[in-house]
Amino acid sequence: MDVKDIFSYNWSYLLPELIILGFATALSLLDLAMGKRTNRAVLAWLALAGVLLSGIFVVVNMVTLNAPYSYMADMLRVDGYGNAFKLLFLSGVAFTLILSVCYMKQGEITHQGEYYYLLLTALLGAMVMASSADLITLFVGLELLSLSSYVLVGLRKKSLNANESSFKYVVSGGIATAFTLFGMSYMYGLGGTTNLYLLADRLSEAYAGGYAFLVLLAFAFVVIGLSFKISAVPNHMWAPDVYQGAPTPITAFLAVVSKTAGFAMVFRLLFGAFIGLASPAGGSVLMENLSPYISVIAAASMIIGNTMALRQTNVKRMMAYSGIAQAGYILVPFATLTSLFFEQSVFYLFAYLLASFGAFAVLMLVFRDQQSEELKSFAGLYHRSPLVAVAMTIFLLSMAGIPVTAGFIGKFYLFVSAILQHHYWLSAVMIATSVISYYYYFGIIRQMYMRPGATEAPLPLPKGVAFVIVLTALATFVVGIVPGAVFDFVQAHFNPSFDFGGMTSSSK
Amino acid sequence: MPNSYLLSLITLSPLVAIVILAFVPKNQGGILKQIGILGTLLPLVLSFLLFANFNYGDPHMQFVEKVNWISIPVGNPQMGEVFSFTINYEMGVDGVSMPLIVLTAIIGTLAAVASWQIKKRLKEYFILFHLLLIGMFGVFAAQNLLLFFIFFELTLVPMYFLIGIWGYSDRERAANTFLLYNGVGSAIMLIAFLIIYLTIPGVNGNPTMNFGELAAALSTPNNPMLQHVSPSLLFGLFLALFIAFGIKLPVFPFHTWMLKVHVQAPPSIVMIHSGILLKMGAYGLLRIGIGFFPEQAYQFATWMAVLGLINVLYGAVLAFVQKDLKMVLAYSSISHMGIVLLGFAAMNSIGFQGAIFQVISHGFISALMFFLIGVIWERTETSMISELGGLAKSMPFISGVLLAAAMASLGLPGMSGFISEFLAFLGLFGVKPVMAAVGTLGIILTAVYLLRAVLRTTFGPMPDRYQGAADAQPIEVIPMVVLLGFIILIGIYPAVLSEPLQETLKNIVPIVPGMGG
Repeated sequence: MDVKDIFSYNWSYLLPELIILGFATALSLLDLAMGKRTNRAVLAWLALAGVLLSGIFVVVNMVTLNAPYSYMADMLRVDGYGNAFKLLFLSGVAFTLILSVCYMKQGEITHQGEYYYLLLTALLGAMVMASSADLITLFVGLELLSLSSYVLVGLRKKSLNANESSFKYVVSGGIATAFTLFGMSYMYGLGGTTNLYLLADRLSEAYAGGYAFLVLLAFAFVVIGLSFKISAVPNHMWAPDVYQGAPTPITAFLAVVSKTAGFAMVFRLLFGAFIGLASPAGGSVLMENLSPYISVIAAASMIIGNTMALRQTNVKRMMAYSGIAQAGYILVPFATLTSLFFEQSVFYLFAYLLASFGAFAVLMLVFRDQQSEELKSFAGLYHRSPLVAVAMTIFLLSMAGIPVTAGFIGKFYLFVSAILQHHYWLSAVMIATSVISYYYYFGIIRQMYMRPGATEAPLPLPKGVAFVIVLTALATFVVGIVPGAVFDFVQAHFNPSFDFGGMTSSSK
Repeated sequence: MPNSYLLSLITLSPLVAIVILAFVPKNQGGILKQIGILGTLLPLVLSFLLFANFNYGDPHMQFVEKVNWISIPVGNPQMGEVFSFTINYEMGVDGVSMPLIVLTAIIGTLAAVASWQIKKRLKEYFILFHLLLIGMFGVFAAQNLLLFFIFFELTLVPMYFLIGIWGYSDRERAANTFLLYNGVGSAIMLIAFLIIYLTIPGVNGNPTMNFGELAAALSTPNNPMLQHVSPSLLFGLFLALFIAFGIKLPVFPFHTWMLKVHVQAPPSIVMIHSGILLKMGAYGLLRIGIGFFPEQAYQFATWMAVLGLINVLYGAVLAFVQKDLKMVLAYSSISHMGIVLLGFAAMNSIGFQGAIFQVISHGFISALMFFLIGVIWERTETSMISELGGLAKSMPFISGVLLAAAMASLGLPGMSGFISEFLAFLGLFGVKPVMAAVGTLGIILTAVYLLRAVLRTTFGPMPDRYQGAADAQPIEVIPMVVLLGFIILIGIYPAVLSEPLQETLKNIVPIVPGMGG
């Protein structure tokens, strides 16, 4: 590996990250300079502008870069894989910001400045997680996201729930981080490098050279640690409590952006470093020996998430369990490991992002209005606002995987792949739990259409929330009818096959 | 040439009404009803066009449409290699599905007329009603597995609402039961479809979802593409499909959801449910279950006959002891669907014809029956047999039609029920005489329970409160006369149905092993 002068890199490819960093810094300084009583709504719009600007440069990178661009031996890496995830993060945070503006108007959170720049730093952490191929930067990104989220969850200082959930989040997050770091230390100890592409070769040497147990131990620890971020079994218990206590836009952020970032890192790290392991017979260890364990985690998440959701009366907790189940579904491509696992997971995550953000926007509206997070607060919603109720129905159908929605195509795609790889029991669990999930998703639908509400007064619908709801509902529906457009876009612009060391061994 | 997209036009034509309804204010009840009813005339006219242009001599799919729809890239475990699965939008009809589309259009229009008694939330009701129509047309017109599945699921969601919002007192539980049973059925169906898609390539070796190509591949003797497919997998697939469609039909242990729906859903929706939705199960069983796996179906035929017998007798016996007219008819439906199974179990051309005749005939008869129940409910607010009685005095016309419907249902010669039961049993007698003999008991029982129920409602002492009840209004007379007309038409001129069937069944039947005429 040749050492390059730090100024010899073309830093313009890092503009998306640098812009977010710049805006976060500027916002924190502005917040200091502004008077105590000044309305900080302007910060929200600034943050949104930063996110959009950053998104533009991600698109510019997609167009101008034909091959991955690597900084400092892959400490940072601009590639199709990262770009795809960055677009997901940026749109997620943009939605979060729009929702937040409407949330703030109700005056529950007074510390607006922190709120916005912490969202941006969390976003920066997520972006680093998606665009790095080095243990150290991956970990830094993970921590940046985690620490920002801990604070965001606890921002409602005077709420008991918020304090409880923030505390739980910190403690369980800390434990999970310890697991991840412990696993990484074994990886470094065995491989002597933090670069993922080099690790891929070194770990396979170590595996063949009698250290198989330690390699697998490292794998297990990293998987357990990272299952926290994606709220999959065995580190899923925090989700219901934290989701319940956090402000609703932050719940949406955790459920979508933070989880997606977790997946970005899971795929990059585990796939990048462990793909090269070869069993004595010549087969791939990752595909043959480890994928059953991933399947078990996926199946357990689906079963626990979907069955626990049945009993919830608090909608946020229900969404948390539903999110655990969704994490199980998104792990399916990782368990089945085809060369297209990237397309599958990105498509599913995209569908999940649309449906979740739409659903959380509706939740926020309803909770605000009813001052309650119970299932009953949805009663009679259809009569109060048909538009919102119909949109919510689309989101729920998409999450349940019923045609004609994006969620159906996403699930169908995972399912095709699982059956094609003869993972029959996993596909059976997938289908069975989907049917179970009908029950609680339709429970909300039942409330909206079939139960009389406490009031018939029209639901106030702020413009920003309406924008998010209509946009996500339309997109969910359209993608459900013409999914080909998304597949083509992903294939044409992200082409991830050269982003993983194991596939082309493009290590430098 | 409009023929090339006529099926899509029929399937999507209810959208016109949906769009118009969406712009009518919801307090304009009269206008909403008119649009809701007039909207169903569009698919009706188009489906008559389909009927008129259908070529009886052609055993193949007609009005075929094919557009490239989704191209899914799929990877294999050897990293890097990527191939694409293309899923087409494919429509087409043959002699089996064409009559079903016409049936759907007719019953759709009449059920819309019957919806005049819906009192609340008319706008949503008619929007969902038309969505349901789209799903049903699509199921019968779809020519590939994914499209079939999507339309099949598309009927699920509107039905859930239609039962859950406009049903009787226990409507929500009925809607949930409906959703869960059918959800399980769809799940099993999806698994089976995908395994078929991924393990059974078309004749040319490419993966395909097209009905015709799959059936051809599976019936090619010693197909080299199928050497890796074990016979037990094929049998398992057939069994999974049998269960999936059996839940819809419904076959005996899976029937409880259907009783709840029959009792709780509003009469206009039960007309559709009993008249068409149950038939989707029979259609799927024939087109996909037996159509793809004739050998496996043949091996399973004895069990199919046993299950059919259980349906026939269990339904008939339980119908006899019911106190609620709706329950009598619900069990009667189970009994009659048993005859469809018996016709399939015969595995010969006559049996199949009987089964399809039964599907269509029961569609008309049960739609008529439930229409009448709705009409009677309007006047008496009950469907309990013990509380009714002597209706013939105050409503002679309605009672007369009810008696006629019962006659059709119990198989009086000259009406459609006779032809279908006769053909189904004729087919079965040729191969399984003992079972057929036992099955005919069901016909006798049918006569007993239907006459008991109908006579007790129409004759005998009449409670005073029904003294002033009016006989049928013109808007009620039309559906009764039309439905009765079709029942008698099929009864005295069965060729209207058997002609299109004949050629198509020739196409399905020769691949059944051990075929008798």
